[in-house]
Amino acid sequence: MSLFSQERREVLTTPLAKDNPVAVQVLGICSALAVTAQLEPAIVMGLSVTVITAFANVIISLLRKTVPNRIRIIVQLVVVASLVTLVSQILKAFAYDVSVQLSVYVGLIITNCILMGRLEAFAMMRSPWESFLDGVGNGLGYAWILVAVGFVRELFGNGTLLGFRIIPESIYADNGGFYVNNGMMTMPAMALIIVGCLIWALRAAQKEA
Amino acid sequence: MNTNKNSYTIIYASVMVVIVAFLLAFVSSALKPRQDQNEALDKKKQILASLHLRDFATNEDVESTYNAVVVADAIVDSVGNIVKEGKNKDQDGFTKASKDISPKQLPVYICQIDSTIKYVVPITGRGLWGGLWGYIAIDDDLQTIYGAYFSHESETAGLGALIADEPFQKLFNGKHIFADTDTVRQEPLLTVVKNGKVEPQNQQYQVDGITGATLTSNGVADMVKSGLKQYTGYFKSLHTIK
Amino acid sequence: MQFTKHFMEHLFSLFIRSIFVDNMIFAFFLGMCSYLAVSKTVKTAFGLGVAVTFVLIITVPVNYLLLMNVLKTDTVDLSFLSFIIFIAVIAGIVQLVEMIVERFSPSLYAALGIFLPLIAVNCAIMGASLFMQQRISMEPGSTQHIGSVLDAFVYALGSGIGWLLAIVALAAIREKMAYTDVPRPLQGLGITFITVGLMALAFMCFSGLSL
Repeated sequence: MSLFSQERREVLTTPLAKDNPVAVQVLGICSALAVTAQLEPAIVMGLSVTVITAFANVIISLLRKTVPNRIRIIVQLVVVASLVTLVSQILKAFAYDVSVQLSVYVGLIITNCILMGRLEAFAMMRSPWESFLDGVGNGLGYAWILVAVGFVRELFGNGTLLGFRIIPESIYADNGGFYVNNGMMTMPAMALIIVGCLIWALRAAQKEA
Repeated sequence: MNTNKNSYTIIYASVMVVIVAFLLAFVSSALKPRQDQNEALDKKKQILASLHLRDFATNEDVESTYNAVVVADAIVDSVGNIVKEGKNKDQDGFTKASKDISPKQLPVYICQIDSTIKYVVPITGRGLWGGLWGYIAIDDDLQTIYGAYFSHESETAGLGALIADEPFQKLFNGKHIFADTDTVRQEPLLTVVKNGKVEPQNQQYQVDGITGATLTSNGVADMVKSGLKQYTGYFKSLHTIK
Repeated sequence: MQFTKHFMEHLFSLFIRSIFVDNMIFAFFLGMCSYLAVSKTVKTAFGLGVAVTFVLIITVPVNYLLLMNVLKTDTVDLSFLSFIIFIAVIAGIVQLVEMIVERFSPSLYAALGIFLPLIAVNCAIMGASLFMQQRISMEPGSTQHIGSVLDAFVYALGSGIGWLLAIVALAAIREKMAYTDVPRPLQGLGITFITVGLMALAFMCFSGLSL
């Protein structure tokens, strides 16, 4: 079987839309909502989860034949918790501002159900390379939803993207224009409603396809 | 191999715990200096922000500007005695975290800009959702605000969170802390009022609050007042020396 | 530790605040996975809510004691191990609770049993411990500050009750919603999200409470 056979490509791509962990399987919602008031933390969070899912999948897949069945959940949790600690330490050392913004939500990656779900359902049975692809696929499937929500919330809530001004100052009501930022977008509650609409759109589109 | 035997399970678990503990301890101690440096750098940036020194291209710029501007990070007490001189600029007052600050241990940063002395004092308080903190830079008349910097843990984005933005902080520039008749520097008057409610006769003591974020604005007002009040003893002592 | 008036006031504010203002679901979205999955009927929702509260009030104080007495003492700082310790304590205690309940109260086990394994990976449980860790370093004057085991216990109890309240309310709404005509692609998950969003908006009014 080649490195990127048909089947393996599917392992990577199905979690992006058809089997999306957030929109379809409803996993890992907690952090998807809390870190998306701005785009930058959303991107960092998405990448962190992708990296952790991919590597946790590989490690568990390598260990899968040796793990005693009775303590396998604990082994999985320890592997995940160590990876998360590593990522959190690295963020604190190299991306301090973002790590402050993400606060406790980095730690909460440990209980992100996507991770445990993939470890238990995929990595315990498949080869390391396939597990890696599966981890990357699921991580990215999660990341793009985060980025999409972050994009909408920062654009309409602040008029900026990644801190750069997109909606020109001149059209704001303060400067004689007509436009006002939608403060609602930055509230936690709107994140839920946006994800709800996103799921609606995704499901409606899939039905037609 | 039988992976379900008790002895195997126990050995497996212990080996895993040892490996993980060593790995994490190693990474943590390798990255610790860098993390501490980041924290210190962040604090220096905040102190400099209160002196209108905000945009830095590199971290080295922050360090060099800090070293050029700050003369000392002294520790004083509420009566005005100097506890530590702070000649090393970031070894005395700088190392005090906000929870270590007490009437006996008050950090003050003595700074020099364009050959005039400015005093920067840290302040902390509470907003609507969580903690607030900031730095206030005061001219050497110990009356006029030179600049202010505020930040917050979790105020509402787009409303209360605006206190962390420059436009709001600029409103403090040139305001007076004490009543002009209060020559002994007794009671800080400086406050934040509801948006649009600044009284013309008191406008040198009042700052326009943020619309829709009254509780955060009140939090800033309380923080500024109680923060500056702690330093009145120190200000008085400086005043008499003059 | 003295039971002064101020101390009791702090406990009361912390309690009320963690139920309504810092609600696990509506303010921090913690424990959403099981929140959405197990909120179809009020009865099961209540069962899960009680189980979550139960585990919270044990794990948060235990983690507090471990953190303050083992991980972060005057001489050593092992707080980089906190994630692993927290999750191990939670997984261990869930297991223990499951065994104890099964042994001593079969009827309670029948009611809670199916939920207990779900709880080990419930973000609300881990989240409460992480928030507890963050709150230790807050200003002692803040209503959110956690400075003793009792604070940690009260915080856990409040958070658990807040979570219970949220899941029972959502389950009740979903039971009614079964009779309404929702557009097909929006049915199920989509409309549930929007409902929770609107509930969160309503809960935002509690943020004005001055405690």
